Amino acid sequence: MTATTTDRPPPGVRVPKRRGVELSLLVGAVLLSVFGYMDVGLARNGAVPPDAARYGAGLGLLALVAHLAVRFRAPFADPLLLPIAVLLNGLGLVLIYRLDLETPRDQAATTQLVWSTLGVGLFIAVVVLLRDHRTLQRYAYLSMAAALALMIVPIFFPAVNGAKIWIRIGGLSFQPGEFAKILLAVFFAAYLAANRNALAYTGRRIWRLQLPTGRVLGPIVAIWLLSVGVLILERDLGTSLLFFGLFVIMLYVATGRTGWIAVGLLLAGLGAFAVGSLEPHVHSRVEDWLNPYASIEAGDGPGQLAQSLFAFAAGGMFGTGLGLGHSVLIGFAAKSDFILATAGEELGLAGLTALFLLYALLVARGYRAGLALRDPFGRLLAIGLASILALQVFVIAGGVTGLIPLTGMAMPFLAQGGSSVVTNWVIVALLIRVSDSARMPRPETVEAGTIAPLVPDAR
Amino acid sequence: MIPYIRRAAALLLVLLAALLVNAARVQLWEAAALDENPANRRVAIARYEQPRGNILVDGKPVTGSRDSGEQLRYERTYKRGPVYAPVTGYSSQTYGTTLVENAEDGILAGTDPMLAPLPFWNDISRAREPGGDAVTTIRAAVQEAAYRGLGGKRGAVAAIEPSSGRILALVSSPSYDPGVLSGTGRPVKEAWARLNGSPNQPMLNRAIRQTYPPGSTFKIVTAAAALDAGVVTDVDAATDTPEPYVLPGTRTVLPNAASGCADASLADAIRWSCNTVMAELGVRVGLDGMVEAAERFGFDDPGLRIPSGVAASNFDRDMSVDQLALSSIGQFDTTATPLQMAMVAAAVANNGEIAYPYLVERTTAGGGRTVDRTGRRSYRQAMRPGTALRLQQMMTEVVTEGTGTNAAIPGARVGGKTGTAQHGVGNAGTPYAWFIAFAQADGAPQPGVAVAVVVEDAEARRTEISGNGIAAPIAKAVMEEALRAEPQRP
Repeated sequence: MTATTTDRPPPGVRVPKRRGVELSLLVGAVLLSVFGYMDVGLARNGAVPPDAARYGAGLGLLALVAHLAVRFRAPFADPLLLPIAVLLNGLGLVLIYRLDLETPRDQAATTQLVWSTLGVGLFIAVVVLLRDHRTLQRYAYLSMAAALALMIVPIFFPAVNGAKIWIRIGGLSFQPGEFAKILLAVFFAAYLAANRNALAYTGRRIWRLQLPTGRVLGPIVAIWLLSVGVLILERDLGTSLLFFGLFVIMLYVATGRTGWIAVGLLLAGLGAFAVGSLEPHVHSRVEDWLNPYASIEAGDGPGQLAQSLFAFAAGGMFGTGLGLGHSVLIGFAAKSDFILATAGEELGLAGLTALFLLYALLVARGYRAGLALRDPFGRLLAIGLASILALQVFVIAGGVTGLIPLTGMAMPFLAQGGSSVVTNWVIVALLIRVSDSARMPRPETVEAGTIAPLVPDAR
Repeated sequence: MIPYIRRAAALLLVLLAALLVNAARVQLWEAAALDENPANRRVAIARYEQPRGNILVDGKPVTGSRDSGEQLRYERTYKRGPVYAPVTGYSSQTYGTTLVENAEDGILAGTDPMLAPLPFWNDISRAREPGGDAVTTIRAAVQEAAYRGLGGKRGAVAAIEPSSGRILALVSSPSYDPGVLSGTGRPVKEAWARLNGSPNQPMLNRAIRQTYPPGSTFKIVTAAAALDAGVVTDVDAATDTPEPYVLPGTRTVLPNAASGCADASLADAIRWSCNTVMAELGVRVGLDGMVEAAERFGFDDPGLRIPSGVAASNFDRDMSVDQLALSSIGQFDTTATPLQMAMVAAAVANNGEIAYPYLVERTTAGGGRTVDRTGRRSYRQAMRPGTALRLQQMMTEVVTEGTGTNAAIPGARVGGKTGTAQHGVGNAGTPYAWFIAFAQADGAPQPGVAVAVVVEDAEARRTEISGNGIAAPIAKAVMEEALRAEPQRP
């Protein structure tokens, strides 16, 4: 697990690739999703949905093609990553299909399946085309520029539900900020990997905080401020919170300075307070969080957060069963922001815990790949990508369960939203790629000379 | 770098733990409170998700359920709604429930824990039992006869089986169709406003929720009090009552509708409905004795439930002597529900004992298994059995040769008492026509029915209003139906 030489298998010993494990887990994931799909039909209409076989075949085919890509192009990759992604995506499709039954005018499951297919397509493209994650290091500044461009574009498009984060072309809507997450993580990882010694050891020391020189810290802080600023301008508080957390975690992992965490938390607190009290859209959400039942007391009926809490409460320990809840009461964001409330109502605390643990496993596997890698860029990239998933899950799940103020974000893989599902598939593809490098026997034992010897890790 | 990665992972683990703890807080600890929040529609949705159980009359449902396809899915329907409204009440998605719909709501909606075969099982499985049925004591033929008899006139009928307390008919007129209140939305709200705004008060259950001055029918209570107190020992002896009779302590002369009331015996006073004699007897019994006697019949009892609450009938506990005299003939502040007066007739018929009146015979689970059964209970001993026997005789004479001849039924012994109650300021209102009666088919071991009929007939001319003319024929029709067939034992 650690990068010491003792972990390395001696030459000539066959390293277990665990592709068979992956395949059997994939079969399980697909079956679980299909059973869920059938369950919804049985609960609602007393019959298995007529297209259950087609749905199963479609999901199975996607999983199989993705598996083949991994088997031939990333044979040492972590066998848990792909099955978890397929299971989450499959369950998401089941929940969206289930919610479609309540909203005859808004059928989203088919669209989501198309986006999922596109996501898996991109997944395969990344796994097949990106032979070594270190290639990305070269495109750090290009990534940064692209990320900023993607984030700025929606400013020129009209706001949707109070947030200017959408691009609408024809009938398609796309959230470019979603994809900027990956690009920014790539940039942060590359920059921090290149400058981490300077960040950690140069500059002036103020009390216990080692302050790096402006020359080193300046550019990255500027980029970060720019992106968070743009997001605040677009009223996308969730994503700006995500970027903030991502930046702090990556900075901490790169420099090991606890002070950064403290400064980060302080700044986050100040920023959240300022935005929460000054920006009306955000302010109303903070008010909702502090008193979710205010609208009931005012006689206007329950707001979305109150409805969400009602849904979770209705689920109890074991849930009402798929298709038997009343998530329709939550309203228009039931398939996106609040899809977790449906999971909580129909699968109960048991199902919700299982979902959280699936995400935790996905994140843990990303961290594990980060630990096992030997190049700082790969490490930081793995940690960054896994943290994106973790923070996203925390922010949205914490929001809909009343733990933190609600910010419009998509539950990875689960929620309706094309850009989100595509982005998350790319994240998993990159994690597959880095975990393949991490678990691959040392290059010199397989393809000696094709890859340059790695820089020893300076901890 | 590795320790920092581990620490970052630990941070994320803390976030995961916070999520899990918070989810458990919402889904387990606060769940009950959130489920019961009145703004949470889930309770209402669950309530109307399945057809409601039915209310049965003669073994046949008088209610039904209709799948509306709306969020609140099943709506209540009623068969012969106006006839049975004073029994069933309404079950409205907007305005809640009343009467049997209310009293047996847990059974009908399927939420009563007794419906589940295993205790607590449904709490765990979250399953809902299908709605159960409420089997009423009402007999369709009797109910229909009473409704037909009132013919839309303002009034009410209550009929009881004296030996058991079973309520055989409970009719209020004019009535309404509770089905118009079942659902939600504009038509329901409009119907509600229309029914509540109507001067006829169709939603008022006159049989159990409206009290009227009982007029001369109250003389049965006064007679029972006088006999029980020993004020009268021989019902055929002269009572030494003057005519004209001046109310004690006043100059007001109490009139009689009938002639020949001077010094009349108790039997004659009942037969011809002499105000003077009965007022004088009430005064002789005294306030305490009269209050006690009235309360033994059920007056002043606010706790009577059939299982819906019955309005308390009133006999004042603090009166001057002239007020007592008026109260003894069912005037002044004395008021009674039709059910109360049916209980007076039933007490006489059942040898002085009143069986607790009830409307729901038993409740069943969806499959027909009996969940609960209402047994016969004794309510009160209203008078001594000997007194009851004498009153039976006197009331029978009212029908055979007195003021209540219109209630006579061939082949049955019928006892009755007419009443014409004054009301309004200075008796300006149109009098109410009363008739209370019991009937025993020849050869039957005991009386089969006791009935009270009240008609507030604003249309008729005052002189025509009399218990015998308007109320007695209705009572007769009701009793004939009650005696016609052996009571069904569901």
